[in-house]
Amino acid sequence: MLKLLSGLLGLLMLANAHQACAALTIEIIGAGEHQIPVSIVPFGGDEKLGLAINEVVSEDLQRSGLFRLVDPTGKSPHEPAEVKYTDWQLRGAVALAIGTVSTQANGRIEAKFRLMDVLKQVELVGQAVSATDGQFRAVGHRIADLIYEKLTGNQGVFSTRIAYVNRQGKMFSLIVADSDGYNEQIVLKQNEPIMSPSWSPDGSHLAYVSFETGHAAVFVQSLYTNQRRAVADFRGSNSAPAWSPDGRQLAVVLTRDGSSQIYLMRPDGSDIRRISFSGGIDTEPNFSPDGQTLLFTSDRGGSPQIYRMPVEGGAAQRLTFAAGNSFSPRHSPDGKSFVFAHLSGGKFFISAQDFQSGQMETLTEGGWEKKPSFAPNGKLILFASEARGRGILATVSSDGRVKQHMFTQSGDAREPVWGPHL
Amino acid sequence: MKKLVISIVLVNLLAACASQKPKETSSAPAPTSASVAAPATSASTAVDALNDPKSILAGRSVFYPFDVSVVQDADKPLVQAHAKYLSENAARNVKLEGNCDERGSNEYNLGLGQRRADGVQKMLVLGGAKAAQLNSVSYGEEKPRASSHDEASWSQNRRTDLNYAK
Repeated sequence: MLKLLSGLLGLLMLANAHQACAALTIEIIGAGEHQIPVSIVPFGGDEKLGLAINEVVSEDLQRSGLFRLVDPTGKSPHEPAEVKYTDWQLRGAVALAIGTVSTQANGRIEAKFRLMDVLKQVELVGQAVSATDGQFRAVGHRIADLIYEKLTGNQGVFSTRIAYVNRQGKMFSLIVADSDGYNEQIVLKQNEPIMSPSWSPDGSHLAYVSFETGHAAVFVQSLYTNQRRAVADFRGSNSAPAWSPDGRQLAVVLTRDGSSQIYLMRPDGSDIRRISFSGGIDTEPNFSPDGQTLLFTSDRGGSPQIYRMPVEGGAAQRLTFAAGNSFSPRHSPDGKSFVFAHLSGGKFFISAQDFQSGQMETLTEGGWEKKPSFAPNGKLILFASEARGRGILATVSSDGRVKQHMFTQSGDAREPVWGPHL
Repeated sequence: MKKLVISIVLVNLLAACASQKPKETSSAPAPTSASVAAPATSASTAVDALNDPKSILAGRSVFYPFDVSVVQDADKPLVQAHAKYLSENAARNVKLEGNCDERGSNEYNLGLGQRRADGVQKMLVLGGAKAAQLNSVSYGEEKPRASSHDEASWSQNRRTDLNYAK
């Protein structure tokens, strides 16, 4: 169970406090250029549950930076017939979410949700959303996704999950959580380092690096059965697993033939073949969405920079030329750009670069910012940052306008990666 | 490292007791001479120079500049001394553990640490050690000795440790 504390910083809009137990503080900094004014009326029926769901929906929409929440106080329609559109027009809302929710004896939650267009006075979407075992957060995320999709035209990512590593002293935990950091589940906990979690395209497995055998080895673990196996455990270091978009191949980095080089294999560890041949360090491979090319980090030119090469091997092309070093490239979901960590003047920045123009854009103010990865809709970038002396998770919108800090309850959060749509 | 120092001190203490003739002035377990350090039960065998805190072999770490994996001139005598020791003590095995400061991605640093450890391994082999005695690994930036974001910490973390098997 998790608790939300509110934080207030600079320009921020804030996340309301609620709930029991302990774990996260979320701070949101900045706002989108064009915010959609929307009012979310707490659901009728089970009113306590309605308030809890309302909170999840509101926080999701606020975190995106694309919405301005219009206070519904004093009005509580739950059915279309109860909506008096002029009330909402006067308050400046363009859309209105209403509905009812109930819990059944077996813990199943059923919500009936409608999104109304306040100006046209019509229903935009109506849907029944349910969840088992009292998982009201899942219901809230799904409703937030529906609102986001209807009003922005883009797929919502509130129902997706993230993976990251939490380090507390010498203990390392591999964690999977909801996209807002709640609902943490420990996948692996040990007193040796864990690095580089990577989601299979269907979200069923994580590949990652574990040092439990005394050196870096690549493991693949099912998130359903928790069964795990070492798939690359050769001499030296085995690391940087990345799944091909069809899930049939894993790119890994091995030192079994000398310095760090990129290899392809099946996710069970079979059929290994080397595809990079440099004398330097080639690492952090990442498949393009069409599966045809790989981005990777290499110091073959003298300093670590981002390169691109065909998946079947062959000539690599250097992509980053700015002063400093560049690391950890990842394709945007549409394949048109990539994000990476840029070390310059003693600070790490999260930057993006367009493939066609070659133009680089720095998205953050700089600090200790590493390991960026896109949300599956391409609108947000998750990365590791640091604040108040602790490793935290952070997001920035792909236009750099809205930033969010997520503080876990304790320890250092690192190595985050956003999971796929399920 | 800490463990090693402690065990050396213990050996010295035991040796001092066993000799039944503690030096007049040694109120602390100060570095003792080779003859004193030898276990009483095996007085005839040669002393393991690895346990002599005055030996160059007491040094177990090699340090590097930023993003460099070549053993620096200052550390070459240390690596060469370990090579000679390993060539003369075929039963001893050593794990070479490459480490990095945090100014890179974790994965790049894993590669850099491996290259540091492999560099020491190569020099040890050139100096007479057998490959079978050596195992090079990298911890990248995952096991920092010091954790501040400054050069004082970073310089400590850019190193290869020679970790002898007990």
